[in-house]
Amino acid sequence: MASVAIKGTRDGLLVTLGEGELADLLAELGERLGSTASFFKGGRVALQVGARELSIEELERIRDLLAQNEVELHAVVSDAARTRAAARSLGLEASAGVSREVRVKPGEEFGQAVLIRRTLRSGQVIQHPGHVVIIGDVNPGAEVIAGGDIVIWGRLRGTAHAGAMGDEGAVVCTLDLAPTQLRIAGYIARPPEGKRRGPALPEVASVKDGRIVVEPWK
Amino acid sequence: MMGGEIMPARVITITSGKGGVGKTVVTANLGVALAMMGKKVVAIDADIGLRNLDVVMGLENRIVYDIVDVVEGHSRLRQALIRDKRLSGLYLLPAAQTKDKTAVSPKDMIRLCDQMRDEFDFVLIDSPAGIEHGFRNAIAPADEVLIVTTPEVAAVRDADRIIGLIEAEEKGPARLIINRIKPEMVRRGDMLQTADVIEILAIDLIGIIPEDEAIIVSINKGMPVALDGANRASLAFHNTARRLLGEDVPFIPIRETPGLLDRLASFIRR
Repeated sequence: MASVAIKGTRDGLLVTLGEGELADLLAELGERLGSTASFFKGGRVALQVGARELSIEELERIRDLLAQNEVELHAVVSDAARTRAAARSLGLEASAGVSREVRVKPGEEFGQAVLIRRTLRSGQVIQHPGHVVIIGDVNPGAEVIAGGDIVIWGRLRGTAHAGAMGDEGAVVCTLDLAPTQLRIAGYIARPPEGKRRGPALPEVASVKDGRIVVEPWK
Repeated sequence: MMGGEIMPARVITITSGKGGVGKTVVTANLGVALAMMGKKVVAIDADIGLRNLDVVMGLENRIVYDIVDVVEGHSRLRQALIRDKRLSGLYLLPAAQTKDKTAVSPKDMIRLCDQMRDEFDFVLIDSPAGIEHGFRNAIAPADEVLIVTTPEVAAVRDADRIIGLIEAEEKGPARLIINRIKPEMVRRGDMLQTADVIEILAIDLIGIIPEDEAIIVSINKGMPVALDGANRASLAFHNTARRLLGEDVPFIPIRETPGLLDRLASFIRR
C-alpha cells in the first residue's frame, strides 16, 4: 500500500505522509513526483503528516526534495506541536491536524474548545481561553467565561461572557436565551425587565453597531 | 423486612443551603412518620452551636450528653441518644449548644454513623445552613441526600448550588422536598410553581409540604405535626416517608388545581 498520498485540491497539491520510515516515504515521494513531473510542475504543496514529529532538518529535506521536482512546499498540517514549530521556523504555514477532507478557511481556526456535558449549577464557573460548548443548562448563579464563542445546547439562565479577552466577533448561541447577564468582549446586556415567557427558541447573540444584538437562529 | 431482621441503616442527610426553609421541621417529621411506620430511626442534629432539632421534637429537657461529648469520648453513644417518649422507634442525637462546628470532623461523622448502621433502619441528619464546615460534616456520611427548598427564588438558587456541591461529592442523586407552599399564593400566580422549581433544579421530587399554621403551633409545643394525622401537612410528611420507603404515592394537589388545569388547557391550545 502506498503510504504517500498525493491529492489535488483547489489550493494546490496535498501530500499526505502515512506510516513508515521517513527515508522510505521520501524515496517513494521522489519516485511519484519524478514519474509525473510535468503534471506537478510549478505547483504548491501542503504537507500533511498527522502526529509525526519532524525536525527542521527533516522538513528541509522534504522541502528540497519537492523543490527538485519544481513544486513549492508552502504549508504543513500536523497534530504535533513540534512539527508545526519546525515548519514555522522555516517560514511555512502551519496548522493543527485536520482530516483530509476538512481544510481550514480563512477566519476559521482549530483552536482549543472545551465540551461540558452537564448542567452548570449556581456557583459553578467555567473559564476557558478558547470556545466553550455546553450540553446542558446554565442555571442562575452559574457563569461561563470564554475567550471565544459560547454554545449552549440548553437554557442559559446564568451569566455568559464570550470573547472575554476582547474578541468582539464572538457569539453566544443557546436553545433558550434568558440570561442573568450577557457579555461579549467589553459589552454588557441585560434581558429586558418583566416576564419574558414566550416559547423558547434558539437564538444567537452578537455585537452589532456597538451593542449586543439577539437574533433567532435560522 | 419483617421482624428482627437487621438491616444496615440508610443514612439520609437533609440539607438546603439557605436557612429558614424548614430542614429541621422536615427532619423531625420524617423521623416521626418513619417511626410510626415501625422503622427504627435516629435523628442527628448536625447544627452544632445552634441546636434546635431537640426543641422541634420536644426533647430539649432530656438532653444530658450531646454529639460533641460522644466524639470527644466524654460519653458513650448509647448514653447520648435520647429515646422519644411517644414513639418507641425514634431517637435523637442532639447537637452541642456551647461548642462550634469545628468540634466535629467529617471523619467523626462517618465513624458515628457507621456505629449506628446495624441498629437502625434510618439515620436522618439535620444539616446546618450554609456550605461550610457544618454542611461538610452533615454530608460526609450520607448515603442519600434530601434537598429542602421553598418556592422562592433565593431558596431555589441556594438549593441549586448545594445540588452542584453534592454532585461533585458524588453523593447524588439528591431528591427534592418543596416546603411551605402557600396554596393561595400559588393560585394567584404570586409564587413559583412546583413545575418551575423542578425545571431549574432538575432532580426528582419526593415531597411537597403545604404551609400550615399547625406546623408553627407544633414547633412551639414540641409536638411534630406528623404525630397527629389530622392535617394536610402531616399527610404530606407521611406521604414523603412512604416514598422514601419506595412506595409510589401520588402527590396531593395542594389546591394548585385551577392553575394546573389552566396550564394544561393552554398546553392543549398551543
